[in-house]
Amino acid sequence: MIPEIGHFSLWLALGIALVMGAVPLAGAQIGRADWMALARPLAYAMFFCVALAFGCLVSAFVNHDFSVAYVVSNSNTALPLQYRVAGVWGGHEGSLLLWVLMLALWTVAVALFSRHLPLPVAARILAVMGLVAVGFLLFMLLTSNPFDRLFPAALQGRDLNPLLQDPGMVIHPPMLYMGYVGFSVAFAFAIAALIGGNLDVQWARWTRPWTTVAWMFLTIGIALGSSWAYYELGWGGWWFWDPVENASLMPWLLGTALIHSLAVTEKRNSFKSWTVLLAILAFSFSLLGTFLVRSGVLSSVHAFATDPTRGQFILAFLAVVVGGSFALYAWRAPDVGIGKRFGLWSKESSLLANNVLLLVAALAVMLGTLYPLVLDAMGLGKISVGPPYFDAVFVWLMAPAVFLMGIGPLARWKDAQLPALALRLRWAAGVAVLAALLTGWLAGEVRPVSTLGLVMAFWIMGSVATDLWGRVHPHGPDWAHAGARLRQLPRALAGMMLAHLGIAVFCIGVVMVKTYEIESDVKMAVGDTTTVRGYTFRFDGIKELQGPNYVAAQGQMHVSKDGHLVAELRPEKRIYRVQQNPMTEAAIDSGLTRDLYVSLGEAVDGGAWIVRVYVKPFIDWIWGGCLLMALGGLLAISDRRYRRSQGTAP
Amino acid sequence: MANARIALCRWRALALSAVLACAGGWALANEAAPASADPALEARVTKLSTELRCLVCQNQTIADSHAELAVDLRRQVREMLQAGQSEQQVIDFMTARYGDFVLYRPPFKALTALLWVGPALMMVLGLGTLFVVLRRRSRLADAAFEADGADDAPNDPHLS
Amino acid sequence: MKHLRYLVPLGLLLVLLYFLRAGLSLNPREVPSPLIGKPAPVFSLPRLDQPAVRIAKDDLRGKVWILNVWASWCVACRQEHPLLVAYAKSSQVPIYGLNYKDEPAAGLKWLADFGNPYTASLADRDGRVGIDFGVYGVPETFVIDGEGVIRYKHIGPLTPEVLRDTIDPLLKQLHG
Repeated sequence: MIPEIGHFSLWLALGIALVMGAVPLAGAQIGRADWMALARPLAYAMFFCVALAFGCLVSAFVNHDFSVAYVVSNSNTALPLQYRVAGVWGGHEGSLLLWVLMLALWTVAVALFSRHLPLPVAARILAVMGLVAVGFLLFMLLTSNPFDRLFPAALQGRDLNPLLQDPGMVIHPPMLYMGYVGFSVAFAFAIAALIGGNLDVQWARWTRPWTTVAWMFLTIGIALGSSWAYYELGWGGWWFWDPVENASLMPWLLGTALIHSLAVTEKRNSFKSWTVLLAILAFSFSLLGTFLVRSGVLSSVHAFATDPTRGQFILAFLAVVVGGSFALYAWRAPDVGIGKRFGLWSKESSLLANNVLLLVAALAVMLGTLYPLVLDAMGLGKISVGPPYFDAVFVWLMAPAVFLMGIGPLARWKDAQLPALALRLRWAAGVAVLAALLTGWLAGEVRPVSTLGLVMAFWIMGSVATDLWGRVHPHGPDWAHAGARLRQLPRALAGMMLAHLGIAVFCIGVVMVKTYEIESDVKMAVGDTTTVRGYTFRFDGIKELQGPNYVAAQGQMHVSKDGHLVAELRPEKRIYRVQQNPMTEAAIDSGLTRDLYVSLGEAVDGGAWIVRVYVKPFIDWIWGGCLLMALGGLLAISDRRYRRSQGTAP
Repeated sequence: MANARIALCRWRALALSAVLACAGGWALANEAAPASADPALEARVTKLSTELRCLVCQNQTIADSHAELAVDLRRQVREMLQAGQSEQQVIDFMTARYGDFVLYRPPFKALTALLWVGPALMMVLGLGTLFVVLRRRSRLADAAFEADGADDAPNDPHLS
Repeated sequence: MKHLRYLVPLGLLLVLLYFLRAGLSLNPREVPSPLIGKPAPVFSLPRLDQPAVRIAKDDLRGKVWILNVWASWCVACRQEHPLLVAYAKSSQVPIYGLNYKDEPAAGLKWLADFGNPYTASLADRDGRVGIDFGVYGVPETFVIDGEGVIRYKHIGPLTPEVLRDTIDPLLKQLHG
């Protein structure tokens, strides 16, 4: 019964979305306020239906309803409760429902927080989001129904993939989808502005916080995915340039560009058509990502089980949405005005250079991801494009962008006055070089490429410090008023500084771990020790243990430094009973300046085991940096501008 | 008589110290031996293996994969390097049998030129276009632009 | 003319869509063989049923032959096996089996249970000959001509369509 209710709810949601996509849009064109006013209540109704459907699927999982095919393929009676809930989005159909739920959530948010927008604008925005929902709901109902029944009902489920039975699995997809789907809001704002012809400063001011929030979620979602891979996959990697990872990175890069571009448009009313294009592109890459993951066109660890009909549907959807948007853009964008004047060397132009670099980076990632497909489609054979390519290309593309990050924030609007700027930044430059060399020397070895990376990171920090100093002590050191000035710093500005610091922290993490990581593969009998970077690892044997749905051989590792206990690590080799997969669970001791990472290899003769021991310096700075970036975004949207006396965010 | 007793004591002392030494040996932890007989070779094998794609799982390198073919190919790499062959020879061996698909680092040839050169080309083109557009704009008369508003204090760096 | 540049995104999108559409009918996991049209690797392996007797590549010169890679642990091989047994009866072309990474005893039992279409099976216990042939999954089937050149490789279980539409015409062409 419950699955049928869920299924029916989705059809109802589709109907509502169709009306929401058509009527308010028409109303805005012909000026009928009653039609336009329908948008908000329809948004709430659609959300209610989708949430109900989602609840029905959760219920089917929690109550072990093995008459639902999707539950059978992703659950099992022995599966603990939290993973039964997480299993809802463990496969293609359920994750699609999660996508639509997020979309409905964002639509409600826009409906709630759009009171200050003119009615035609709000109506158009909600209508566009409704149309996107129509596409996804149709896709689900026609090709990927999560409520398909299995007759006769199965006695037992095939269990959730053990790799996904993990706390990180519970939050990573929802965060990621909040981000992907969140870019649909900026997209809807852009389309609404193109249709209505009201592309201006006000528009940029409205769009910016929505973009920042979506960007925040995407940042957290990607960071969670990376850290989950790190501790779950047993070989200590944290980014593989897998097509699906790339599919999440591309919208992130474009979203970052969009946030910066909106700043130019908001400030100078210029490059509006460029900003609109970026807004369309960011969401388009979200949709492209959806296609790549679910169509079977690329081989990936993340790819869902697929069939070509699904791929065809998403492709058609992609063609309609993105093609339609680009067509609208080609038609309306040329009429958009040029805005205010600014110099060739100015804050505006540095922001635009940032845009170009981020766009090129996103296109380079797309090039690498799709190149094998293109060659194959032309009958020119099959190649692989993997980490060696992406690491080489991406790092060198981002280096100028990172360098620019140190200059842009201090440049003046309209006219950067380069000589004065260079003079101001000389301390940052000098300190960056010294700090980089010092860090390398302390770590044990100074190397050219890693030093360059560290210079970049410290350069950003130095630049932020210079900027902060200039604002807190505008006319020379003035400690009496420093505290007050610091508190009065606009939050948007503080957010920017924090986010940029996050990038610097991220860079340090990447450079340090890639350059100074040490791995030790040893054969350990009981009592054997190995010493890496001053840490002594002692193998104390194996304990057999039973988990809720697995059996495990758990290694007992005693880690000490200078005779003091640092950690007791317990790496495991598990066999999940249902799917009979062996899984390695690494044991990690996290620290501010290093991670100690131990994983079990195979058992060898004589009761010994092959053990992999890593010391990874500063690896947690990678995700710490991402967290700082997200916090920066949070700080930025809490800015006074967005908090009005009559309500909340614009 | 005394000599024999001293000799006996000495023998006992020797035996006792021998036993103690063994016991001491048991008590002392052993430094774990590296998992492979030749760590330097193994490092080269691993480095090369991270560039080769596992054809069975297809989304892992043969260094990370547990598939039988991956194990076999790692063995092949190890044997070739041990025999003194170069990294390039190992790569040629693999591509002769499995094609370029097995390489995670696409070789630079006519087919992949666009792949390798593309990003740099796009960056140059992108920044170049931006420069040209901005310079063209800077040459336009003031009248072509919107006027600055009241809150557009031109040289205030403290506006975000 | 100025408006043309605004059509660039749309133009690029159409190119992308074309390739994505083409991609839907491709199989990203299939690895084509670089050995088509090249000499088959030199090999010398013991017969599965008579380990003392060895068969080498040169022994098979002068005739067109089929090499089928199989193993007793391979589930998909069971799928194609009846087809192979029937085909061996009707065709003049000798089919040699490559028993890949298998225990000889298990392999022989499997043939006894399910039929033996092979003129002879070669025991490739450590898989080295398989690697030389670029085998990455089982079953795989090769067509090799009289000069010892590999002319065709099929990946996965054989189907009646593949035999009828690709292999038979090729064999006819090689004999004709």
